[in-house]
Amino acid sequence: MLMSDLEKITAQAIAAIETAGDSAALDQVRVQYLGKKGELTDLLKALGKLPAEDRPTAGAEINVAKQVVQDLLNRRKLVLDNDAIAARLASEVVDVTLPGRGVDVGGLHPVTMVLQRIEGFFRSVGYEVVEGPEIEDDYHNFEALNIPQHHPARAMHDTFYFNPNLLLRTHTSPVQVRTMENRKPPFRIICPGRVYRVDSDLTHTPMFHQIEGLLIDRTSSFADLKGTIAEFLQVFFEKELEVRFRPSYFPFTEPSAEVDVQCVHCVGKGCRVCSNTGWLEVMGAGMVHPSVLEMSGIDSEEFSGFAFGMGPDRLAMLRYGVDDLRLYFDNDLRFLKQFN
Amino acid sequence: MKFSEQWLREFVNPSLTTQQLIDQLTMAGLEVDGVEPVAASFSQVVVAEVLETFPHPDADKLTVCRVNAGDQEVQIVCGAANVRPGIKVPMAKVGAKLDDFKIKKAKLRGVESNGMLCSERELGLSDNHEGLMELPLDAPVGLDMRSFLQLDDVIIDLDLTPNRSDCLGMLGLARETGVINGLDVKPLTVLPVPATHDQTFGVSLAAGAACPRFVGRVITGIRLDAETPLWMKEKLRRCDIRSIDPVVDVTNYVMMELGQPMHAYYLDRLQGEIRVRTATADDQVTLLDGQQISLQPDTLLITDASGPIGIAGIMGGLGTSVTDETTNIFLESAFFAPTAIAGRARTYGMNTDASHRFERGVDWQGQARAIERATALLIDICGGEPGPTVETLDPATLPVSQQVKLRASRIERLLGVKIADPEVDKMLGRLGFENQRQVYEGTSLWTVTAPSFRFDIAIEADLIEEVSRIYGYNNLPVRTPRVNLTMAPVAEDRLAVNRIKDQLVSLGYQETITYSFVDPKLQAILDPANPPIALANPISAEMGVMRTTLWSGLLKALMYNTNRQQSRIRLFETGLRFLQAANQPNLALENITQEAMLAGVACGPRLPENWAQKSQNIDFFDIKADVEAIIGLTGLTDEFSFKAAEITALHPGQCAAIYRNGQRVGHVGLMDPRVQQALGLDQAVYLFELKLALLRPKRLPHAAPLSRFPEVRRDIAIIVDNQVHAAEIYACVIQAADETFRNLKLFDVYQGKGIDPNRKSIALGLTFQHVSRTLTDEEISVSVSQIITALESQLAASLRN
Repeated sequence: MLMSDLEKITAQAIAAIETAGDSAALDQVRVQYLGKKGELTDLLKALGKLPAEDRPTAGAEINVAKQVVQDLLNRRKLVLDNDAIAARLASEVVDVTLPGRGVDVGGLHPVTMVLQRIEGFFRSVGYEVVEGPEIEDDYHNFEALNIPQHHPARAMHDTFYFNPNLLLRTHTSPVQVRTMENRKPPFRIICPGRVYRVDSDLTHTPMFHQIEGLLIDRTSSFADLKGTIAEFLQVFFEKELEVRFRPSYFPFTEPSAEVDVQCVHCVGKGCRVCSNTGWLEVMGAGMVHPSVLEMSGIDSEEFSGFAFGMGPDRLAMLRYGVDDLRLYFDNDLRFLKQFN
Repeated sequence: MKFSEQWLREFVNPSLTTQQLIDQLTMAGLEVDGVEPVAASFSQVVVAEVLETFPHPDADKLTVCRVNAGDQEVQIVCGAANVRPGIKVPMAKVGAKLDDFKIKKAKLRGVESNGMLCSERELGLSDNHEGLMELPLDAPVGLDMRSFLQLDDVIIDLDLTPNRSDCLGMLGLARETGVINGLDVKPLTVLPVPATHDQTFGVSLAAGAACPRFVGRVITGIRLDAETPLWMKEKLRRCDIRSIDPVVDVTNYVMMELGQPMHAYYLDRLQGEIRVRTATADDQVTLLDGQQISLQPDTLLITDASGPIGIAGIMGGLGTSVTDETTNIFLESAFFAPTAIAGRARTYGMNTDASHRFERGVDWQGQARAIERATALLIDICGGEPGPTVETLDPATLPVSQQVKLRASRIERLLGVKIADPEVDKMLGRLGFENQRQVYEGTSLWTVTAPSFRFDIAIEADLIEEVSRIYGYNNLPVRTPRVNLTMAPVAEDRLAVNRIKDQLVSLGYQETITYSFVDPKLQAILDPANPPIALANPISAEMGVMRTTLWSGLLKALMYNTNRQQSRIRLFETGLRFLQAANQPNLALENITQEAMLAGVACGPRLPENWAQKSQNIDFFDIKADVEAIIGLTGLTDEFSFKAAEITALHPGQCAAIYRNGQRVGHVGLMDPRVQQALGLDQAVYLFELKLALLRPKRLPHAAPLSRFPEVRRDIAIIVDNQVHAAEIYACVIQAADETFRNLKLFDVYQGKGIDPNRKSIALGLTFQHVSRTLTDEEISVSVSQIITALESQLAASLRN
């Protein structure tokens, strides 16, 4: 009687486990058969009614059955849990290709990008960034740079004036003058900023940028200048480009040079960007003129130095393929966003 | 300066191709700006003689010509008015090519034509198309025009730097080319032309160093109807100088050859004597080109008894200029000092070949040579009788050949290379610098005298430049500077401007760079209280004044974009604004504040258009949040406060002045709708502007211990009058709270149903925490009720149930 009950109950339990659809139903099955008042538990409790000699065998069989049911329960639970999580995951699927929610990122102006990049290179070798006023007096913009009144070089700087003595700086060199006036050499500075010239056509805007460098030391030479510029141009364009120095004239440097770099587009073969010359004029440079040093109170016998200046607007054009200078100051979002 | 390659090669002829020569000049510091052929490309054009002409039977304006082309006689129909028997003209044969135009046998109105007679324009020699180009009568018939005119030549355009006036003449250029190539220059022998009579014209010098030398010469009986020879015309043409008459042509030719500008006066019209002096207040002159000029006192003049007859070194006067009737002339070949000429032409809006040379420097010993050269050429062309050459000299004010010292040690120090002494000797010698070498203080020392044609040699550095130039910049060594590696200090309690920029970029702002000079009208709308500083010579009225606020540029950029269908815009800019100090009418540097600002403008939807949220336009609190995000970078938000204020151009109810420890940092707000209307903007625009200097101080972080005990939050809702500002509630809570108070969050503001319309409900989240134990409910209740009591008594708040 007991043993046939055991078989029947075990079979029922197995069937119930298999049909349990979720973990709650499965738990009911567990309670029904293995709980404190479960049917298999009851059988165990009823052992006492059996003759003493039958009890060990019957007890062992019931325990085996309980173990079988428990194992099946466990296995079924695993299946049901997996199904449940799978169902949940399936119900929570989103279209991951929909755009994210929130602000889109803005961006820096391309000229700022180039300026920051250039400043970074020079900072890494100990140059300090110095800025200065944009409305300047005649002395700092011209006189102190060896460009007296009526000097023909003034014709190269079409100047915006407020009155005969007050003007918009035509280059960032006055910042160098102010630094030399106020500091004891040696020093290395880099002066970025806006400059202004009365010039507005396809290739000129009345405002543009310059970044000038100045190194004053006891041993600096033209060779150092060449080394500094060549190295800078390599790291800026991230290309091995030939650099050449041409004699030129600036009143505030001597010797003075124009610096050409091999065309970044055609690497010297000749193309539209370099007007088929293979070279791009990118910089003016030279050894600081002794008179400029002396005017700013620096002993030109003890100290020498070099200065160089370049146009970040043009460098940004070359670096990023901008073909019209005027785009920089229209601030068209469709243009600016191309640099984000 | 434009010049002919062939002319240069007459003096020095290095074995270089044109391209090599051009590259060489450029690399020597004489930058070549352009090269062009001296004529169009044409072939089979020969010198021909017109033998006979007949009128065309069917066309009034055409002439039928019989032409001798050397190897054949041909019939050509010609339309030029100046065609006549006996003249020699260029003739394009059948089969000739003028650029891409091919000459074929043709019938013109029924008459056969076997070729074409050409004008200068048809050969690409000039724009002259008034008639056939007439060749000298001795031109050899049949000779190819290219070889007759020596057209296998190019025009080289040099962009000379102001220090190299010595290269503004062919001989100077030849000298330089010779130096670079180590070649001797073929000398130009100029022999004095003996006087055939003793007529002179008086000259006196009254301007000191401005004009220490004036060489003059009377030439009588010249024939101005003589023709300037073709070779001279051609050379001048290739130097971009138009042929006028033999006298002008000769003076121009000498200027191009020797670099000495000259002038010829109509002798019969000169009165008294020539006097060189500076202008006085009432002086006036009518110049060659017809313009009448009131002269400024620093202008050097040529005068005679009648008054000014020319501006020295710039342009001669009309009254004494050479005309068709002139037979007697007075030639001037003077030295005017650069400082007396520089800038003057520009102040009168002129730039002449003469002023260009004099202001840069003309060989101060070359005047007599130039006048002899001109005399010889002139007499050759138009005859005439030369008087004696008279030099008027003020020896005391003549330039002095300067002696400049050059040390070998200094060359090495500045160029980073040791150049052997004999090398330097050679370079100096080739440049025409007299020099002596000795040893002084252990280094070779040259004492150098600069030639009179060099105006750029005054100090040692000038000579080092010459040495480096001739040595070749690209042959100089390349070295990485050796300097002391000192670390640059970086102040951690200063906020970097780049960090602020990055923050705004993260918030979706696009950086702009706008012009510092702006439209005065826009400026007046945005900042009427600060009259802007005006440019004396703006590029246009719309760029006439310096900005007093960055908004003027930013709004222009914003409008540029709204006009191009952009609706969601966030822009910022950093840069200077320019303020003139009030009560300081004198515009000087010390009265101008040039202040670094950060400004932004925003309009349109809060978020870019997206699928997840309904589009909503930004409001005051969005732009305020952006400003707070920047302020947050300082780590010292408590130092900042926002106060309702009246700010020009902003909505009076939606703008705030921003303070930091009582100092005004800037402002933020909605554009006043009236301003918006005035600017024609069709949507609300929010703006902010901050002084960068006041944003920079930053907190150097300092860590505080953390409490291990739990925080407790109590939320309360209070009802206050509408006028009560959140800032007052914050202040009241903070002041009333005890030491367990940690934080206040204002998380709801409600006006409407259930609330007195004059009042509003504010929900406050209060957080408490003790450093060393857990707070009890009773303790917290006490703390909260202290706060409530203060709110009730100070702000007439009532607790909302």
